[in-house]
Amino acid sequence: MDTKEFIELMKFKFKLNIIRVFVRYKNRVLFDIEKESLLKVASFLSVEQGCRFIIATGLDAGDHFEIIYHFSNDQTGLIANIRACIKKNKPEIESLTPLFSAADWIECEMHELLGLEFLNHPDMRSLLSEGNWGAGDYPMRKPHQETKK
Amino acid sequence: MTAKTIIPVGPYHPLQEEPELFRLYCDGEMVTDIEWETGYNHRGIEKINESKTFEQIFFVVERICGICSTSHPFAYANAMEEIAHVTVPDRAKYIRSIVAELERVHSHLLWVGLAGHFIGYNTVFMWAWKYREPVLDLFEIITGNRNSYAMFKIGGVRRDIEEKNFTTILNILDRLKPKVEMLMKAVVDDPVIHLRTKGIGVLTRQDILDYCAVGPTARASGVDIDIRRDDPYAAYPLVDWKVIVQQEGDIFAKAVVRFLEIFESISIIEQCITKMQKGKPAEIETKVKDIPEGDGSGRSEAPRGEVFHYVRTDGSNSPVRHKIRAPSYVNVATFKKSCVGQTITDATLALAAVDPCYCCTERMAYVYDARSQKKVLDGAGLIRLSQERTRTLKNKM
Repeated sequence: MDTKEFIELMKFKFKLNIIRVFVRYKNRVLFDIEKESLLKVASFLSVEQGCRFIIATGLDAGDHFEIIYHFSNDQTGLIANIRACIKKNKPEIESLTPLFSAADWIECEMHELLGLEFLNHPDMRSLLSEGNWGAGDYPMRKPHQETKK
Repeated sequence: MTAKTIIPVGPYHPLQEEPELFRLYCDGEMVTDIEWETGYNHRGIEKINESKTFEQIFFVVERICGICSTSHPFAYANAMEEIAHVTVPDRAKYIRSIVAELERVHSHLLWVGLAGHFIGYNTVFMWAWKYREPVLDLFEIITGNRNSYAMFKIGGVRRDIEEKNFTTILNILDRLKPKVEMLMKAVVDDPVIHLRTKGIGVLTRQDILDYCAVGPTARASGVDIDIRRDDPYAAYPLVDWKVIVQQEGDIFAKAVVRFLEIFESISIIEQCITKMQKGKPAEIETKVKDIPEGDGSGRSEAPRGEVFHYVRTDGSNSPVRHKIRAPSYVNVATFKKSCVGQTITDATLALAAVDPCYCCTERMAYVYDARSQKKVLDGAGLIRLSQERTRTLKNKM
């Protein structure tokens, strides 16, 4: 399956959930999806398409947070980037850890560095710090102002 | 009365000399659960990179890991070239692959040496590190450094390989091959090593898929993935080589995969050099003026598995976001599967089998007896315990 066919398949499967599609490079695709459909999309990619979850990138885009889930299709060399936007006043999204254990650490990390909540994560804990940072102090948020401990 | 014993391994790991804390929950000699703490090495590199220029980032990411210090600049260069839509000249591709494959040879030899030391075969340790030395000499010839090679830049490489050095490189590789072959036979045919490693720390295919593990860890469990072939970059599509896969998933299979990969790497380097010898001296970089707004996902196959870099740019001279995923980040998490159900002496070896690199992923070690509240063993003691087991098995044979 080439990149074009893959995009068609995704559009067919998730017609209502895909907001935009960007083809970045010959085998790099970025899908903007509604965050409510994340579990459905991730499950389709990992279970039905046999894609490998590489990692997720969390970032502060000013007025909202973004998480980009990177999936690799090792048969075709394609990287599917799935982007979900999260509102700043309610920074929560479904956890992917019940789907595959590989999402465990990175969700803990995003929780710690960006202050995102992952619903139904089985074991949310500090991965990098000892939990002694100031309350509400998230270093990857922008602009970052250190709070007093 | 039964009391659960907790064995903390780390933060100064008795096996890998890098800080990470594992708590092995033991019932007698059996490990029943494992917990870990990371973050001792967290240097906030992703955050630092947001304040560096694109050229400076090469030097930062090179210092993520001391052993595989080319894999990170490689993946970063791939990501940046994707954003800038740059094609790298063939000669630069060959040089990039040569450096990356030399790194794999030295990294795998380093692991073989350490693994030998853990099970009490210090001769293997001495030999592997002795034969690794000429590889470091090769690095010095090619890059000027034994470590942290500073070879990569956006669009190409920083130094060319001089014509007069081609023969020297090929000669050193020729001398290296029989030595590695001898070392491999010594390890793979040794009945005691079979006893210590076969069927130990098994990771099934399903475990690998669940934890999305990569590199030799995945390939030793029958998962046929290798970014060099699956998402071709640099000179890998231009030369002949094969991906080494084993089915067993135990520590022995991981050792076999690494040994055979050394030979594949040597063959890739030889082919690259032959192709460079045939070609005329050519450009080693494509000049890049500006990095436009966009995002790029770059990856490269490090000795431990796939390295992934995601960079987002906004048209300025530094990234908005730079995400780095090292292979150990996904491989280390498989300890939950490989260590539970093993004895303590085998668990320590299973921890090492993944070839974990904690620098990439992000106090003292002693065995604590919960009943008497006393320290029983320290880090050196754990290694001694492991080595004693090899001796006992050997005496029984």
